[in-house]
Amino acid sequence: MEGLLYPITLTHYLVLGAALFLIGALGVLVRRNLVIILMSIELMLNGVNVNLVAFSGLHGDVNGQIFAIFIIAVAVAEAAIGLGILIALFRNKMTVQADEIQLLKW
Amino acid sequence: MDALFFYTFALLALAGAILTITRTNAVHSALSLIGSLIGVAGLFLLEKAEFLFAVQILLYIGGVTVLFLFVIMLVNLDEAVKLRQFNRLWTLALAAVLSVGLLTVGGIARYQHQQSARPDWAIAASPRVSGEGNTERIADVLFSQYLVPFEATSLLLIVAVIGAVLLARKREALGVSMDARKAAGEED
Repeated sequence: MEGLLYPITLTHYLVLGAALFLIGALGVLVRRNLVIILMSIELMLNGVNVNLVAFSGLHGDVNGQIFAIFIIAVAVAEAAIGLGILIALFRNKMTVQADEIQLLKW
Repeated sequence: MDALFFYTFALLALAGAILTITRTNAVHSALSLIGSLIGVAGLFLLEKAEFLFAVQILLYIGGVTVLFLFVIMLVNLDEAVKLRQFNRLWTLALAAVLSVGLLTVGGIARYQHQQSARPDWAIAASPRVSGEGNTERIADVLFSQYLVPFEATSLLLIVAVIGAVLLARKREALGVSMDARKAAGEED
């Protein structure tokens, strides 16, 4: 009898990846601090990477891991640009609260 | 033994993630993010993705989170901790995320139900390892099949570095933005 918890299958990795992604999405939606919103985006990308690596392991194929490498490269670029924008914004508006930045709001 | 490691790393990743989005102090959030990333790195190691494990440790924990900590120190406002941390509509967001989560888990359960007839399902977490190491196999595919995307990534990184430097430097260097800043000052 296979238990729900014991033999670690692909499903466990998929559920974990989905949980990480959703926690990150929740962080993006509810937090006001822009730095923490950027951290939540990193969490979401990590959840996707868990999925890709798990499928790569299932198929014995490194293509999934290469996609994860590209995702990490894009995530690093995104973090650098996001934090640069954040510093420029902080210089001009002296705030990092997402809902106080409403220059484009009519 | 495999299951023990899996649950340890999964718990680390999930607890770190939850702490990251709930802590009031941004420095605590960044430290929890490091914990979460270490958990995910351990999962990579369990899935025999040693190269990604090293990349995760070096790039994410050594690079990105340190960058985050620098920026937190730069934009540190003491009163930011005392402000309201969550949106007014956080209950709505929580409900939306929970319903999407239920849909996702339902979809995964259906996928497992369809796939469970396959004989190799139970050994899904123990991938077949070939003679070469993981890094060699990744390098083989990355530098042949994915050569053009790889070079495009290097271009992306150069653009990102130059853009980050341009965005973060002091505005006094640009005459145009001085005027824009003056206008913003009058508006305030």
